[in-house]
Amino acid sequence: MSDINSRGYANADALVSTDWVAKHANDDGVRIVESNEDPLLYPSGHIPGAVEIDWAADLNDPLRRDYLDRDGFASLMSSKGISNDTTVVLYGDRSNWWACYALWIFQLFGHTNAKIMDGGRLKWEAEGRELTREAPDVASASYNAPERDDSVVRAFRDDVMAHIDISGQMIDVRSPEEYRGERLHMPDYPNEGALRGGHIPGAANVPWASAANEDGTFKDASALRGIYEGNAGLDSDDDVIVYCRIGERSSHTWFVLTNLLGYGNVKNYDGSWTEWGNSVGLPIEK
Amino acid sequence: MDNIPSPLTEMLEELDALDRVERSQYLLELSDEFSEVPESIATRPFPENRRVPKCESEAFVWAQDQDDGTLKFHYAVENPLGISARAMGVILDETLSGQPVDQVASVPPDIVHRIFGRQLSMGKGEGLAAMVEFSTYEARRRLQTRRIS
Repeated sequence: MSDINSRGYANADALVSTDWVAKHANDDGVRIVESNEDPLLYPSGHIPGAVEIDWAADLNDPLRRDYLDRDGFASLMSSKGISNDTTVVLYGDRSNWWACYALWIFQLFGHTNAKIMDGGRLKWEAEGRELTREAPDVASASYNAPERDDSVVRAFRDDVMAHIDISGQMIDVRSPEEYRGERLHMPDYPNEGALRGGHIPGAANVPWASAANEDGTFKDASALRGIYEGNAGLDSDDDVIVYCRIGERSSHTWFVLTNLLGYGNVKNYDGSWTEWGNSVGLPIEK
Repeated sequence: MDNIPSPLTEMLEELDALDRVERSQYLLELSDEFSEVPESIATRPFPENRRVPKCESEAFVWAQDQDDGTLKFHYAVENPLGISARAMGVILDETLSGQPVDQVASVPPDIVHRIFGRQLSMGKGEGLAAMVEFSTYEARRRLQTRRIS
């Protein structure tokens, strides 16, 4: 894949290459973070110096359906050796799907100095780069977290309802079969318990993986514009809401629209289909 | 869960006592012990009817009939990132092979959450549960055949 800076991204700084990580992983002020779907991947071998953040155990509230709060985020960052001015570089499996989810949650606490390692774990491994099982020796850091701000990049059910009323742009990043209501879960994935199939009225369907190349890297800006603007009809000035089933796949698309294409107002509806498809009285299209 | 093989019960109780880090380490050690299906049972390309549905780790299952009426389970995991699937294969082989077939048939697929813990995603959990289901299906199939004959 071509050099990141030559791909025409609006914010190329949001990505770093595997080469960059190999050179800077242990720099002061840099923390590499792995976030995966498979909980055994990190302990099976990770980039030397990388810490792990687990999407479920670390980022979600154990009781309520919500993310961790200010104290929880500060405590997590501290335990991972991350301070407010640390450059955090996230990578993981599944074309960085879970890494993007973690990065999106970082935005809720204003930690904007966070980047994705292009190609994720797949590319790092394919290049035969070093992996270790040795736990990094991380000194706890001081972190002052602000209150979580859900108003900028997160959408709730009522926001989506209001968005429907103004015929706002929405992207459903699930599979075409889920979008059409032919199935209630992604292919080869379980039924997550939605009672109704279909999509939110007005949403276009662009499966999240459309933005990724086979090697896990992101497609260049021209190809991405073709997908999201040429095919799905978005415009960079639009207010856009993205969703999937619990907001993880759509974090990948949120990252693409916000950072790679420079859209100024994209929100991720993490309630997604597990909320919408189960809620009484909400409108659904097939 | 009353009628499941005792080695599985013991392993589940052992896992219950572990915290998240200890559990990952233990499962990783099991994954490292994974031994692929011997060539005497199957060679590549593995037949599609042995492929575990819904499993992104591309797992395959074989159940070999033993002289004593029990089954010996064999697994293959084609996805190199299928660490959890390999651990699951080792657990199923160690705890179900050689055990009474009616007990193997009774093992519920949701043991994967007791084995891997709460942080398992729905997708990953479904694939691993399908490995359990495929294995216990083989036991149920043997029971059915024996009842008929």
